[in-house]
Amino acid sequence: MSTKAMICRCEDVTLADVQHTISLGYKSIEEVKRYTGLGTGPCEGKECMVHAGRLCALAHGGDESVVQPFTSRPPVQPAPLAIFARPDDGADE
Amino acid sequence: MKPSTRGEIVPTEGPPKGKCAIAIVGGGVMGLGIAYQLAKRGITDVVVLERGYLAQGASGRNGGGVRMQWATEQNVRLMQQSIALCASFAQEIGVNVWFRQGGYLFLAKHERERVTMERNVELQNRCGVPTRMMTPEEAGSLVPELDVSKIVCACYNPKDGVLFPWPFLWGYAHQALKRGVEVHLFTEVKAIARTGAGFTLTTSKGDVHAERVINAAGAWSPEIARMLGVTLPNKPHRHEILSTEPLKPFLTPMVSVLSSGLYFSQSMRGEIVTGITVEDHAEGIQLGSRLKFLQTLAREMVSLVPRFADLKILRQWAGPYDVSPDGHPILGEPPGVPGFYLACGFVGHGFMMAPIIAQVYAEWLAGGAKHEIFDRCRLARFAEGKLEKESMILG
Repeated sequence: MSTKAMICRCEDVTLADVQHTISLGYKSIEEVKRYTGLGTGPCEGKECMVHAGRLCALAHGGDESVVQPFTSRPPVQPAPLAIFARPDDGADE
Repeated sequence: MKPSTRGEIVPTEGPPKGKCAIAIVGGGVMGLGIAYQLAKRGITDVVVLERGYLAQGASGRNGGGVRMQWATEQNVRLMQQSIALCASFAQEIGVNVWFRQGGYLFLAKHERERVTMERNVELQNRCGVPTRMMTPEEAGSLVPELDVSKIVCACYNPKDGVLFPWPFLWGYAHQALKRGVEVHLFTEVKAIARTGAGFTLTTSKGDVHAERVINAAGAWSPEIARMLGVTLPNKPHRHEILSTEPLKPFLTPMVSVLSSGLYFSQSMRGEIVTGITVEDHAEGIQLGSRLKFLQTLAREMVSLVPRFADLKILRQWAGPYDVSPDGHPILGEPPGVPGFYLACGFVGHGFMMAPIIAQVYAEWLAGGAKHEIFDRCRLARFAEGKLEKESMILG
């Protein structure tokens, strides 16, 4: 596969970018996310996390059990500020 | 030392070396900054112990604001120096930190805030900071999207700025490693005992004996101090923040509302990065996200910048402020434990102060001049009751 293969389309992160990050010793998905910006675009990792996880597992000798997904951040999908600016309907926390 | 595919030095693998001159607990911006500054002065027998990955703690969770606008002279002067160091950081360290001096625009919504704002501007001017008072109309010409009917006055310092926090950590770590410092990730300090003239640190990857220990564990620093019988008065507070979809660059300054603690800026990626103060009475370190934060922020933001109503939130997260009772850090050796150095209690502005604090700390530890901040910010001040409170704390 070309090293220019796209892993994260939102943030233009290539296979070579992820491989370089792993070669730096940053072998967990959270570290790959931070070093490359992968998973911080509009899809919030829905497309790229599986591929990044696979590459991290390979860095651990193929052991998928050590790979944890990165913390999912609210909201589930991009949502406008106006939704949250409405007066309180009693829902909280 | 092992290089990466592009020649960088990677974090240390395997157990830490058994003996070192200085062990630094905490691989955040403060710990890594001190490690780099020590190494630059020839002190390379240093081991940094980080319990997680780089940027896992507050250093990786903050909004990246750097400002000279403070309410106490100590903070104004330190931040003048820290911002100068931020401006030369990319060249010195060889990493892009997306530093941009667009200024900080503080907004007052109530007439009663004017006197304090004017006094702070006067103090900052006396220190040589070019902050100036602005009318609502002047603020509106700087940020046309603001509904200026909501504010009574403003102040602006064009020299304040924003940066991207994470590369500071990789840059400091890389430069420290290159000079022979050990940086251990995923290595937790479980116990510290005083042994002879030094300390033995029990870690999840083996023991290290150190002549001196620096506690740079941020919100986790009270736990570390407790291992040596030292009680610290700082406490963790959850502060939340969010990032929006990217927009074409349009926003020059970081904007902040004094009364609510709302702040927002545009990163070099185009996202609006924003937070606000939301009370939290939970105990301990809490990093969960709350709907209450989104609501508090959205209401204040949409009222002040109506055009942001349609702006989409991408993600929300939290980080722990390391809150000291008077808003100032806790530094130096606590009474009765010589060789144990505190670098904590920075109340949400540790990141912006780290460049200068790391420099003066290393200078002192290397046998050079002792900056006056180490006497002013002693732990003992809380027992003595000599406090000067910093009031300009946001988020």
